[in-house]
Amino acid sequence: MAEKPNPGASAPDFSNWSCPLPLAGYPTIVMGHGGGGKLGNELVEHLFLPAFRNPALENLGDAAVFDIGSGRLAMSTDSFVVQPLFFPGGSIGELAVNGTVNDLAVSGAVPRFLSASFILEEGFPLAQLAAIAYTMAQAAATAGVHIITGDTKVVERGHGDGCYINTAGVGVLRPEVSVGPHLAQPGDAVLVSGTIGDHGMAIMSVREGLEFESQIRSDCAALNGMIAAVLDAVGTQVHAMRDPTRGGLASTLNEIAAASGVGIEIDETSLPVRPEVQSACELLGLDPVYVANEGKAVFFVAPEAAALVLEILRAHPLGRDAARIGQVTAQHPRMLVARTGMGANRVIPTQIGEQLPRIC
Amino acid sequence: MKYLTEFRNGEIAQRMAGEIRQLATRPWKIMEVCGGQTHSIIRNGIDQMLPAGIEMIHGPGCPVCVTPLELIDKALAIAAQPGVIFCSFGDMLRVPGTDGDLFQVKGRGGDVRVVYSPLDAVDLAARNPDKQVVFFGVGFETTAPANAMSVHVARRRGLKNFSLLVSHVLVPPAIEAIMSSPGNHVQAFLAAGHVCSVMGYWEYPPLAEKYGIPIVVTGFEPLDLLDGIRRAVAQLEAGRNEVENAYERVVTFEGNRAAQKLLAEVFEVTDSAWRGIGVIPKSGWRLNAAYRNFDAEERFQISGIHTEESLLCHSGDVLRGAIKPAQCPAFGKECTPRHPLGATMVSSEGACAAYFNYGRFLSAEELAGAGAALSGAAHG
Repeated sequence: MAEKPNPGASAPDFSNWSCPLPLAGYPTIVMGHGGGGKLGNELVEHLFLPAFRNPALENLGDAAVFDIGSGRLAMSTDSFVVQPLFFPGGSIGELAVNGTVNDLAVSGAVPRFLSASFILEEGFPLAQLAAIAYTMAQAAATAGVHIITGDTKVVERGHGDGCYINTAGVGVLRPEVSVGPHLAQPGDAVLVSGTIGDHGMAIMSVREGLEFESQIRSDCAALNGMIAAVLDAVGTQVHAMRDPTRGGLASTLNEIAAASGVGIEIDETSLPVRPEVQSACELLGLDPVYVANEGKAVFFVAPEAAALVLEILRAHPLGRDAARIGQVTAQHPRMLVARTGMGANRVIPTQIGEQLPRIC
Repeated sequence: MKYLTEFRNGEIAQRMAGEIRQLATRPWKIMEVCGGQTHSIIRNGIDQMLPAGIEMIHGPGCPVCVTPLELIDKALAIAAQPGVIFCSFGDMLRVPGTDGDLFQVKGRGGDVRVVYSPLDAVDLAARNPDKQVVFFGVGFETTAPANAMSVHVARRRGLKNFSLLVSHVLVPPAIEAIMSSPGNHVQAFLAAGHVCSVMGYWEYPPLAEKYGIPIVVTGFEPLDLLDGIRRAVAQLEAGRNEVENAYERVVTFEGNRAAQKLLAEVFEVTDSAWRGIGVIPKSGWRLNAAYRNFDAEERFQISGIHTEESLLCHSGDVLRGAIKPAQCPAFGKECTPRHPLGATMVSSEGACAAYFNYGRFLSAEELAGAGAALSGAAHG
C-alpha cells in the first residue's frame, strides 16, 4: 500500500497544541524572540525548559555546570539544516540529538550532555518549534543524555530556512577502548550494522520537486546503546567505528582507508540494501553506497571477534540487518575496491560533491 | 527484485561470457552507443569478462557530453538572469561551460533547481506566474517525449512563462556519421534499449544493410549487455549483418507510437552540433513553428557568447571512439571529475568519468600500491 508522502506524517500532532502560558499572543517566531528580552525568556521558560527539563538546565545560567567524574572526555559538534524539517522516520530535532550522540559513541565515548542552539527564521510557527523540542527531548531520553544549555537566535524572514539547529556534546571515553579512523589494520573485518541508504532516500522522497511515493523511512537513531553492547563484549578488539552519514558508506570507508593507510575490499553482493531503497536508487540513477545514513555504524574489528560482534549487533533492535561486508587489506592502500556481482573489481572513489541524479 | 536482480546474476553472466569466448575466433570491435551502457559495462566490469580480442568502443551516447558548449553557455546566461527559475536534470549542473557551471550560477544567486521531470518545471511555472521558468531539455530520443509533453501541457494550460532550452540529438544519424567517418573501425553496434523503447528499431535495418554491420538492440543490466555482445559476435563470426532485438521485454519494432506522435507534433528535425564531434546533418530536434514561442532561445535573446574549449581535452576523440579515455594526455591529471575539462568527465555516463571513477587508469596489477596516487587525484 503506497502512502502519499507527507512531510508531517511522523511528527506528533500539534494541531491542537497550546502553550501552557500563551507566548505573549504570538503564534509564530518574531524578531523579539531572539532579542534577549521578555519574549526570549518566555520561549525558554515555556517551551524549551518544559521539554528538556533537568537540574543542570534549570538554573538557566550563562553556562551549565555539571559533574562528569574523572577520565578523558570527548567533544563533538554538528549543525543541522535538513529540509523538510519533518520527514518519514524522523525530524530535524531527532537528527540533532542522535547525530551528536552517534559522533561521540563511535569515538568510543559514553555520551552524557548536549547543548542545543536554534537559529530560527522570523515567522516560524511556534507549534512546529514545540514539536521539534518535543522530539529532541524524546530522542535525548532514549539516548540517555541531557540537554543542559542552549541558545536561540532569530534571523529575518528570508534569511533562514525555518529552523537550523546546532548541537554540541560531551562524553566520557571508555578507558579500555582505543578506536580511531587511523587504527584500522590489515585483516580487520568490516561490519555494517544494517541497511544502507535509508535516510538519504527517505529525505529525497519528500523533498520539494522530487517527491515520489515510497514507504522508505529514515533510519535516524541513537547508536550508543548498540555500540555499548559491542564494546562491553569485545571493546579491545574494535579498532575503528564510524557512522556513515553524508557521503554514505563509500565516503566513510574511503576516509578510514586513507586515515589508516590501508586498503579496503568489500563484496558488493553482501551490502544490506532494502529493496525499496535499491529500487528508488535505480530509478534516480543513484548508488546506495553514497546515500546518507543516520542510524548505522561501521565497525572495523579483529577477524577473530567478527562473528561475535555480528551476533551482538543482530541481537540488538538497531542491528538486526547487520552484515559482514568486507575486510581490510595491505594491498591497494588508501583505496576502496568492491568485488561486483559479476566477479569483477571496481574502485569506489570518494564522491566529489553531491550525487547528481542522471538524465536517463 | 523483479527486473533487477534476475539480470545481475553472476553465474549466468560467467556462462554467457564463456559462450562469447567460444564464439569468438577473431578480434572484433563493437560500439555501445549509449552512455548508460558504457557506465554499466565499466561499473560491472563486463569488458574484463570478455575475451581479449573483443573490444568495446564507447560511443557518443551521453547527452550531457554532446550538448554543445554554446548551449551550456546560453543556459548559464539565462539561469543568471533575475526573475528566472532555471530547471535541469541533476547531471547538467556540473557541466563546465566557458565560464563556470550551473552550480556556480546558483552560488551567485541564480535560481537553479534540479527536477526529475520536465512536467515538474511546468507545475513550477503555474505556481510562479511572476517568474520565467526554463527547463533545460537535453538528451536523446529517450528524454524527448517528456520534454515534448512539457511544452504540449504548457500550451494547453496557457502558461506564458514556461520555455524549453532544447538540444535533442538522435542516434541513427550518429551511427551513420561514425560509420562514414574515415578511419572508422567499428564493426557492430549495440543499440540503446531506452532510445528504442521510444523509437522502436525500424530505423536500423537500412543502416545495417548500407554499412554491412550487425546492430543489436539491448538493455543496461549486465546480462542484457552480455546477451547483446554475444549476439553481435555470433553475427560477426557468421558474416551476418542483421538487426536483432535482445531487449524484448521493453522494446518493440514500432516503439511507442503515442510518444512518436507527440514528438512529430512538437519537434522538427534539424542539423545539430555535437560537442566534441561537430555538426551532424539532420541529427537533432528543435521545437517546430507551432511551438517556437516556447523556445527559450527565442524568448531570451542571448548574444555575445564566445565559446572556448579546453585545449588539453580530447573528449571529441573519446566520443568518436578514436581513443580510450586513459589515452587522453589530460586524463586523471589536469582533468578529473572534480575539475573536469570536458563533459565526458562530468556525467557518470561519460566515458572519462566512468573510467576515472572505477579506477580504470590502472591495470589490475597497478591497483596495488597505486592507492596513494588515486586518492591524491580524487582529493585534488
